[in-house]
Formats: sequence, C-alpha cells, structure tokens
Amino acid sequence: MLYRVTGGRLGQPPDKPKSGCSGGCGCSDSAGGARPTSRREFLGLIGVGTAGLAAMVAGIPIIGALFSKPARSEQVWQLVGSIDDFEIDETVKVEFIDDDPAPWAGPAARNAAYLRRIDDEEFTAFSIYCTHVGCPVAWREGASLFICPCHGGVFDREGEVVAGPPETPLVRLDTRLRDGQVEILAAPVPVTGRRRS
Amino acid sequence: MNLLRRPVEFVKDRLGYETMKKPIDHYAPPETTEGVSQWAYVFGFGILASFILQVATGIVLATNYVPSPDTAYQSVEYITDEVRFGNVIRGMHWIGASSMVILVLIHAMRVFLTGSYKYPREFNWISGVVLLYLTFGMALTGQLLRWDQHGVWTVVVAANFAGRAPLVGEHLGEFILAGETLSGGTLTQFYALHVFILPIAIVLLIGLHMFLVTYHGISELPRAGKPVDPETYRSEYNTYVEKHQRPYWPRGIWNELVFGGLVVIVITVLGFLVGPRELGPPPDLTDLEAQPRPDWFLVWYYALISVKPHGYEEFFLVYLPIAFFVFLLILPLIANRGERHPSRRPFAIVGLSIVAGLFIMLTVVGLRAPWVPDYETEPLQAEQLGTEEPYILQGAMVFHERGCQYCHQIHGEGGDWGPDLTNVSSRMGSEQIAVRIVQGIGNMPAYQEILTTEEVDLLVEFLIEVDELEPADS
Repeated sequence: MLYRVTGGRLGQPPDKPKSGCSGGCGCSDSAGGARPTSRREFLGLIGVGTAGLAAMVAGIPIIGALFSKPARSEQVWQLVGSIDDFEIDETVKVEFIDDDPAPWAGPAARNAAYLRRIDDEEFTAFSIYCTHVGCPVAWREGASLFICPCHGGVFDREGEVVAGPPETPLVRLDTRLRDGQVEILAAPVPVTGRRRS
Repeated sequence: MNLLRRPVEFVKDRLGYETMKKPIDHYAPPETTEGVSQWAYVFGFGILASFILQVATGIVLATNYVPSPDTAYQSVEYITDEVRFGNVIRGMHWIGASSMVILVLIHAMRVFLTGSYKYPREFNWISGVVLLYLTFGMALTGQLLRWDQHGVWTVVVAANFAGRAPLVGEHLGEFILAGETLSGGTLTQFYALHVFILPIAIVLLIGLHMFLVTYHGISELPRAGKPVDPETYRSEYNTYVEKHQRPYWPRGIWNELVFGGLVVIVITVLGFLVGPRELGPPPDLTDLEAQPRPDWFLVWYYALISVKPHGYEEFFLVYLPIAFFVFLLILPLIANRGERHPSRRPFAIVGLSIVAGLFIMLTVVGLRAPWVPDYETEPLQAEQLGTEEPYILQGAMVFHERGCQYCHQIHGEGGDWGPDLTNVSSRMGSEQIAVRIVQGIGNMPAYQEILTTEEVDLLVEFLIEVDELEPADS
C-alpha cells in the first residue's frame, strides 16, 4: 500500500494520505478514542522489539570480539646475558623477545631495557620508556645521562629526573642472577608511565 | 530531439529525479553564489572533494598494503618503488590528508567567524566538530600505518596519552595497543580503525552534515546589528531568499565545483612534485637512538606538552585538550542566539585569534624543537677556535664529550636548548661558571657526580677564554 501512496507523478509532491485510514499510522487516533492498544500498535511494538533484539543478539559477539584483548600475560623473567658480559658501573642496552608473541608480530615483539652492573652481584635495570609520554630515552655515556629525544627529558644514571618535563623517575625493572645468568623481569610497554612493576 | 527526450524522461521518472534533486533545489542567499563573498562558502565542498580523493587513493593503497607488523614496512616500500604511480598515490594521500586538515580548520574558522553555528544550525556545527575530530583521528592513525620508526613510536606515545585520560585511561590505552603492550594485534587494530571504522563514521556524519546544510539553508552573511532571534529567524531567512530567487542548483554550485576541482588538481600535482612524507627507518623498538616525530598536524600538541610550565602535567596533557574539545562541541548550545557579525563579538574574535595564534606558534616551535639535544654536533677543532693551546683544546673535547654541546652553542656549533656560551665570560666569572656546572640550575643537570675536578677546571678555563678566540671562518 505504502509505495502507491508516495509514488506520485513527475514533479508533484507525494500525495498526502487521505484522511481515514488507508493503511498508514494513526488509526487509533482517528478512531477517536484513547483505546489502550490496537492490534496494529502491538504489531509495531513487535517489529521494534525484534529489531532491537536482533541488534543485541548480533551485537554480543561483534562488540565482544572487537574489544577482546589477549589474556593478561604474567611478567616473565627474560634472560639477557651472562654476568661476564657486563662491566661494573657500565650502563648498556639489552634486548629480548616478548614471551610467546604472535607469529606475525615481527618487530612488535622485540623489546629492550637498560642494565647497569653495580658490583659483583647487583644489577639495576630501567625501562627504556620516558615517563613523560613514552618515547625511548637514549643513554649518553659521556654525559652519564638518559636523554629523551622527544621533549628533552633528562634522567641521571639512577633514573632520577634532572631536567625537562618528566615528573617521575624511569621505571625500574627487577633483576636477578641465576647460575651466572642475568635475568630481568620484563614489564610491558607501560600504558600510563605511572604503572610500576 | 524528441527521440532523445523520451529515454531521458524515462530515466528521470523511474529514478525519481525530481524528488532526488529536491534537497539541493532551493534558493540560496545571493551572497553565497555571487561576488567576492561566495568564495567564503566553498571550503566545505573542498573538504568533500579532498575526502573523495582520499577514499580513491586509499583504496589503491589498501589493495597493496599488508597490515602485518612483520611485513607492513616492506609493503609500503613496495608501493613506493614498484607499483606504477605508487609513489604518486602515496604523495596524493599524504598531501590530501594535509589538505583535509587545513581545509577543515579553515572551514571551521569561517563558520565560527560568521556565527553560522547559531540557531537553527546547532547540529550543523556539532556534526562538523565531530568530523573535525575524526579528521584528526584519520591523520593520526594514517601516520602510523607507514609502520616506520616514527609510526611504531607514535603508537606507544598515543597509548601513553590515552592512558592518562581520567577513569577509562588504562582501558583506552589497552584498546589502542590491542593488548597491554605493543604486539601482533596492534597494527591491524589501527588498520581497521583507519580503513573501516573512522571512514564509515565520517561518511555517515557527512551525510547528516550535508542534509542539515540543505535543510536549514546556507547561512546568509551576518549583518552587524541584526542578532539571531529564534522567534523570527526562520521566517526572515525564508523571506530573504525568496525575494532574491537565486536557486542553489545548478547556478549556485558552480563556485564550489571550481574550488573542489582546483583542490583535486593541486593535490594531484603536488603528489607528483612533492611526493609522500619520506618513509623513516624500518621499525625497531630496540633502536634507542630513534627520534619519533608526529606529522605536522599534530606538532602543535607535541610542542605544547614540551613548553608547558613544569608541573601541571595532567592539566595540560589531559584536561585542557578535553575541556577545549567539549567547549567546541557544546558551543552552539550555550550561545545559539544574538549577534553573528564579527564586529559585535569581540570576545569570540579575541578567543579565535589566541587559539589560531597558539596553533601556528606551537607548530613553528615544534618543527624547530630546540629542546631536542643535538647528538650530531661535532667537537670544535683547533682551526675553528683559532688556537693550538692544549688546555683549550682539551676543554673543547670535554665540552663535546660530556654532552655540554648537545644543548649549548659555541661559535655556532651545538644545540639550541641552553644559552649560547660563546660570550659566557661577559656574564659570569669562573667561580660562578664552576658552581653552575657542578650544581646545575633549572633544566641544566648537576654534573657533580659526572665530571672529575680536572674536567670542571678545563671546562671553566675553556669557557672563560673562548670568547677571546677568533674563529677562523668568521
């Protein structure tokens, strides 16, 4: 019924539905009463309800999958070298691969940290991410400073802020020595810079 | 003729041409289709033309791009070097993105200046502001799809920013990274955002925006002393356009077609001549000499967070941008009546000037980025200093090796962040210089535990005497 009402001739506005009910809406009104629920309104409700239900049913897997994230991985100890690889009082970059990366992760799974040997047994490790907005800080041996290339944040060799916009020290990572092998407890890219390991 | 008319009539009738053209078949205010003022009304169409071109070049890119963190970089290299016109397409997509950002900003400024966001066009403005944000969202996500060193670090930095948002920060950050750290899923997440989610949102909103433009009519030029009164605005507007009888279709659209066409031609020519933003080094999160930089349209923000006063971190990084975005969104809801003419809206004009001025200044400062240490700087040589004195040359070596020169210049060599130290002896005595080096001040780190006493002495003597030396090349 509906298509015949709106079809119209060229250049003419669509015909207004005639008063009285030709099949459109407004029946209950024109019937002149506050009738509780007509059959037509009820069917309309079913239509809306079915559409809404369909959206919800389909939406559960779609939204659910879209916002799914991999299970929180435990922090794992990463082997970064043998104790003899490190000179006392020297800060160096160490590299490691994320635990159990996706096969296609490629460079996204590669990671680094800074490691300094303090004495025979003790090591200090720092996250490479500037606590300002997360750029990689570069260790400058001559100046004995970590310098951030983005906004000029500067940290001393203990990771404390000495210049620039950062407000918190570099994130320290736990280290341990096992059978002469140095391991660090690798933290993920800190999302906020506030999260400490 | 008759022979032709029949098929034409057939198509028109069956397609419902008369109804189809109704939205644009109305009268427009004469100043939007004539004279100099008509050219203030073409920017929206320029954005549309840019967007359509972006979709076209984007399709070409998407057919060759591999959104895998392992190989995305190589596929961009492949597009650049192997695909016929590949480099031009990348250039057009890059220039087109810049063009969209520029035109969106100009368009928004024009609408703000003429007060066109007031009654009854509140939703024209609100949908436009959301489109503005989506345009920046496209610019950001597009920049990291290059998946070079800049691109990878952009993700990390973006996640860090998002992580600072109140309440939802951590979830937002993890949504951006598609996990709690940069991983195999991160790039595809951005690919989906850039290619499906944001463009679909943009198309839907463009539809709404254009419907509203035709539904409320193009806003007439404001006249001073003629405030918007919701009681009478619509009838006055209708009387005005009826009186002048300037149909928008087809007469009034010509200037927009000219402008949109020019935009497309300029983008294409620049795509040939300028080409894309150069691909950075391949992504390597273990390369800690990386120097991440945002594309120019986000440089203002990059600069803002560097030049902000110390402290106030959350305020500048999070609450100020959010407050500004929310202000733009609700602007027509808090000021939808009254004067439209710029001469009667001094506060609005001052506000716009401040924002535009800050945008330009921050962009210029951010492109120079003087706060970035200059690692490339070379040690000063004997001939540059015009002396063979061993202790001076030793001092110059220490000055370079210990990183002073990253931030300080002497005879034009060195970084920009700290003061030029060529004439430091005219400002400070040797004692003061030594104290400054050892204790630091402000952004100058204390070197007490880094330098030996001999090194400090060498530096002080070098700095005291360097002013007297005659560099060979000056």
